[in-house]
Amino acid sequence: MSQTSRPLAYVHSRTAVLRDENIDTDRIIPARFLTTTERTGLGKHCFEDWRYAADGSDDPAFPLNQPQARGCSILVAGRNFGCGSSREHAPWALLDYGIHAVISSEIADIFRGNALKNGLLAIVVSDAEHRWLLDNPGAELRIDIADGTIRVPDGGTIRFDLDAFSRHCLLNGVDQLGFLLQQEDDITAFEQQQEKAA
Amino acid sequence: MSARTLFDKLWDAHQVKAETDSTPGVLYIDLHLVHEVTSPQAFDELRGRGLKVRRPDRTLATLDHSTPTLPPDADGKRPYFTKEAEAQVAKLEANVREFGVDLMGWDSPQRGIVHVAGPEVGATQPGMTIVCGDSHTATHGAFGALAFGIGTTEVGHVLATQCLLQRKPKSFAIHVDGALQDGVTAKDLILHIIGQIGIGGGTGHVLEYTGEAIRALSMEERMTVCNMSIEAGARAGLIAPDETTFAWLEARERVPKGEAWDRAVAQWRTLPSDEGARYDREVRIDASSIQPSVTYGTHPGMVVSIHAPVPAAADAIEQRALDYMKVTAGKPIAGEAVDVVFIGSCTNGRLSDLRAAAGILRGRRVASGVRMLVVPGSEQVRRDAEQEGLHEVFRAAGAEWRQPGCSMCIAMNGDLAQPGQLVVATSNRNFEGRQGKGARTVLASPLVAAASAVAGHVADPRDYMNQEVAA
Repeated sequence: MSQTSRPLAYVHSRTAVLRDENIDTDRIIPARFLTTTERTGLGKHCFEDWRYAADGSDDPAFPLNQPQARGCSILVAGRNFGCGSSREHAPWALLDYGIHAVISSEIADIFRGNALKNGLLAIVVSDAEHRWLLDNPGAELRIDIADGTIRVPDGGTIRFDLDAFSRHCLLNGVDQLGFLLQQEDDITAFEQQQEKAA
Repeated sequence: MSARTLFDKLWDAHQVKAETDSTPGVLYIDLHLVHEVTSPQAFDELRGRGLKVRRPDRTLATLDHSTPTLPPDADGKRPYFTKEAEAQVAKLEANVREFGVDLMGWDSPQRGIVHVAGPEVGATQPGMTIVCGDSHTATHGAFGALAFGIGTTEVGHVLATQCLLQRKPKSFAIHVDGALQDGVTAKDLILHIIGQIGIGGGTGHVLEYTGEAIRALSMEERMTVCNMSIEAGARAGLIAPDETTFAWLEARERVPKGEAWDRAVAQWRTLPSDEGARYDREVRIDASSIQPSVTYGTHPGMVVSIHAPVPAAADAIEQRALDYMKVTAGKPIAGEAVDVVFIGSCTNGRLSDLRAAAGILRGRRVASGVRMLVVPGSEQVRRDAEQEGLHEVFRAAGAEWRQPGCSMCIAMNGDLAQPGQLVVATSNRNFEGRQGKGARTVLASPLVAAASAVAGHVADPRDYMNQEVAA
């Protein structure tokens, strides 16, 4: 497998919190920015219609614009984060904005898959742990990908599940296309079988 | 072998390699649909690695999201919303030439929204695995195909290897008993289902819609139902193929012909779930109790019958949604003043949808101050509708008759609502800003949308049906 992204073993940061549930991909990156043919440069439009005031300045009501949220690379979000479209522009925009991990009690399937393939850690925790994280913005967390743990400030630990293959790819910065390309012989055999059966 | 569901059979038949604890399975993809928005970076990836498209014959592209729905000017110049939109379309045109992929492009009589055009040309068939960089790929599940949306990295995976790395989702049966009442459509049914199981209710699952109400649906209605599976969080929604499916598909351009057709149908008959097959989850819905349904909030799970009071907000987050929508708990959505009506999209942009809307508009006028856009889902739908004179009905009523595309569903081509405007839309998402910054969306059936256009406020179509109007 070839290496395409930076290996990621830990994310260590204070948290920024967006309590809203069902933050959809249109809110993360509005559709009018999807005409780009690049992966880069979307951070300035991340949460575009939420973060800017009418005159284009930062809206202080948007939680991530508050001084204590600046520079945080862990986002704790309300239940069902990333619902809606399959646009990979959503994780691209979050990464470009500076977010390296998203934590919620539920994360939409397509968003989660897209995030993990781009080195954006998408973590699901229990309702009780989620509530604690929502209620403690600015908590300093240390996420250990190899262990599947989040170290919280009081010394406690939150465990999270991450499928072994995604973990391997994140830790080693390897890409899944390389892995798929190595399956060539099996793919060809499958196609021959399928054609014979038709 | 133990009893298997339709989903089990589709999954098993496409395993190149089974999943293990340490690696996901390798799933073979029979049909890859491509559009201009989610593919450019994937083609770049192939180019950068010196890779080819592995199976151009299993890849089919169209132009739909960024395309203008107004015709070209006298010089043939198309009125793109932005230079970037035009460049994005040009990039797909260049990519399909370079990689040898079929494109239903500007010159094609088959161009249309990917989930309308794919089935129309017969590319979508029972038993297939189908993917597209678009979450509404679930639409194709109406044919008994396992169809789901993928991101752009995975678009690259399928272009290069015709495969995806996947772990098997869980199964979720939605049994719909009884019959829909007159004036209640497949759209009302799926909105009701999403309202029942919730916007995240299907996360991690593949839905299978079963029961007598589902069997009674036409193919176009089944596509409407499966289309919105993702709005309940499910990547895919399935309906078992039956005689309705085979009759709809027969003789379409890309389906097998002659003896090969007979063999295919015989194979497709083996797909429905076996008796006694187990699902991870099941719910039962009574179709006969469903009323025309609309959304009242900012996601598709906030659904209510058109005359029922808007529920009180359970928390500050729900209250924010009601405030954004400027609706009041305790009052019904019927009667809310309407600014824009949009009929179209991969959910409700097919011929039967346009017929339903035209049935209400015939001999009537769109209320003063209301803007109505009717956007056919494909060139085929446009031709069929014009053949029947539906475009004349819409124009006579004061609606705009546009060229095919996604249009105001995703509002990235310049077809959009102004801040604060209320849009009754037959599309699939009512997220904040989905149809334009600050625009308020009420999702509804084509019947409700057309009745609301005439009334000038959200209206019950049953007040307009079966009443002859002097033309």
